[in-house]
Amino acid sequence: MLELRHVGYETDDNKEILHDISLTVQDRFVAITGPNGGGKSTLAKVIAGIYQPTSGQILLDGVDITNLSITERANLGISYAFQQPVRFKGLRVKDLLSLAAGKNTSVNDACAYLSEVGLCARDYIDRELNDSLSGGELKRIEIAMVLARGTKLSIFDEPEAGIDLWSFQNLIRVFEKMYEQTKGSILIISHQERILNIADTIVVIKDGGIAQMGPREALLPCLLGSADAASAACSVLADKVEGVRS
Amino acid sequence: MDAIEKKLLHEVADLDSLPVGAYNIRANGKLESRNTTAHINIVTKEDKPGIDIYIEPGTKNESVHIPVILSQAGLKDLVYNDFHIGEDCDVTIIAGCGIHNCGGAAGNEARHDGIHTFYVGRNAKLRYVEKHYGEGDGRGKQVMNPTTIVHLAEGAHMEMETTQIAGIDDTLRKTSGDLAEGASLVIHEKIMTTGDQKATTDFDVDLNGEGCSANVVSRSVAKDTSRQEFISRINGNCACAGHTECDAIIMDHACVLASPQLTANSVDASLIHEAAIGKIAGEQLIKLMTLGLTEKEAEDQIVNGFLA
Repeated sequence: MLELRHVGYETDDNKEILHDISLTVQDRFVAITGPNGGGKSTLAKVIAGIYQPTSGQILLDGVDITNLSITERANLGISYAFQQPVRFKGLRVKDLLSLAAGKNTSVNDACAYLSEVGLCARDYIDRELNDSLSGGELKRIEIAMVLARGTKLSIFDEPEAGIDLWSFQNLIRVFEKMYEQTKGSILIISHQERILNIADTIVVIKDGGIAQMGPREALLPCLLGSADAASAACSVLADKVEGVRS
Repeated sequence: MDAIEKKLLHEVADLDSLPVGAYNIRANGKLESRNTTAHINIVTKEDKPGIDIYIEPGTKNESVHIPVILSQAGLKDLVYNDFHIGEDCDVTIIAGCGIHNCGGAAGNEARHDGIHTFYVGRNAKLRYVEKHYGEGDGRGKQVMNPTTIVHLAEGAHMEMETTQIAGIDDTLRKTSGDLAEGASLVIHEKIMTTGDQKATTDFDVDLNGEGCSANVVSRSVAKDTSRQEFISRINGNCACAGHTECDAIIMDHACVLASPQLTANSVDASLIHEAAIGKIAGEQLIKLMTLGLTEKEAEDQIVNGFLA
C-alpha cells in the first residue's frame, strides 16, 4: 500500500508544482487524470524517487520511503513506465528485459512479456533500443519491462500514448492480467475514458493539487458529463474525452 | 607458457588452448608456436622481423590466429606481418596483442608496434578481428601503435573489427586502404580510455574503383582525464560510396576530438560523415535506476552496451 501524506514539490527556483497531496493507493487500479500541466507526471516522479518531495511523507507498506533513492524504491517494489521511453544505443531489448527481471531472460521469458504487448519476441529480443524502433514499439517495450519486474506498485505514465487502437484493447487486458499475477496496485496516468473505466479509484490532479478523488462509479459520470453538470476540472477533461470519442 | 601469458592470450584472442587451423603465436619478441594447414602457409621474414601469411585462392571457412603477447618489462617489439589472400577466399584472421608490463619504473615502457599489410585478392572475403589489451601494476607504460594497410582488389570485401578496451596507455592506430572496382571495406572500431591514457586513430581510405564502398564506424568511451582523437579521411575518386561515423561518450574530465574529412574528386562520389560526442544522458541513468540498478551499475551497463 502506498500512502502520500501532505506531499509537496517545489522546483529549485521555488516554483510550486505540487501541494498538499494526500492519498492512499491500495486498490487494484488507480487512475490519475486531469488537465495537462496539472502535475500528474511530477507526482509519478515523486513517487518513483526521481524528484524528492520538498514537503510531506511517502510510505510504502508503512515504511517511510521519502528520503530513499530511485534504486532503493525500485528494489522495494516500485516500477515506473515512462511517458517518453528512453533510447539506448547498444542495449538490446533482451538486455533491458533481463535487467528489469533481475535475471537473464530466456527467449521463452522474453516471449511471455513481449507477446503480452503484441510484439513477437523472435523479431525483437536482439533489437537495440535505438532510433530504429518506432515510438509505439518503444512504448510497448517500456510496458513489457514493467511486466518483467512484476512489483507490488506499478506506475504507468500515459501508457496509451502512441499505441494504436488494436493494441489499446490489449493494453487493458495487460493491466488486468498484471494484477492477477502481482496482486499489487497499478497506478495509471491517463486521459482515456476506456482506462478510467477500469479504475477502482480516480484522482483528478489540477493546479498541483487534488481537485477530486473517489470511486469510479461516483466520479466518472461527472467527469464525462455535460459541461453544466461538471465541475471546472471536469469541463477541462470533458473536452479531452469528447476529442477521443469523436 | 606461464599464467600471465595464458591470461593475455585469453584476453586478446579468446584462446585457452591452441587454436584450430593455422596460427602463429609470438611471445616476448620470439616465435612461441606455429601451425600451417594445407591451404595456409606462414613463413618467417628474412629481411626484417615478422611473417608472411599466404592463403591459397579459393580457401573457404578457414581461420588464422596470430596473437602477440609481451610479458617482459620494458620490452619493445616491432613486427611486419603481410597477409596475401588469394582470389575467392572466405577466411577469418584473428590478431591481437596483449601486454603485461609489471616491472617497470616510469619510463620503462613495454611497446608493440605491429605493421599489418593485407593484399586481398579478387572477390575474396576477409574478416579481420584485432584486439588490444594491456595490464600491469608497475609504472611502466603499455604502448601500442598498430598500423594496418589494406589493398582490396576488384570485388574484394573486408570487414575489420578492432577493439581496445583496457590498459593501453598510449596508442596511435593508423589504418589506410585503397579499393578497386566493386570492393567494399567495413571498419568497426571500439575504444575505451581511462586514467591519463591517450588514443589516436587515423583512417585514410581511397575509393579508387567504380562502385566501391567504405564504411568506417567508431564508438568510443573516454573516462577520467584521458584523451582521444579520431581522424578519418575518405577520398572518393570515382562513382563510389563512403560513410564515416564517430560516436563518443565523454565522462569525467576526458577530452574527445573528432575530425572526419571527406574529399570528393568525382561528381558521382557519395560521401557522408557523422560525429557525435556527448555524456551519458541523465534519463538513461534514471531509467536503469528505476529497474533497481545503482547509478554506478547503470553507468557500467550503458558503457558496456555502447561498446558491445
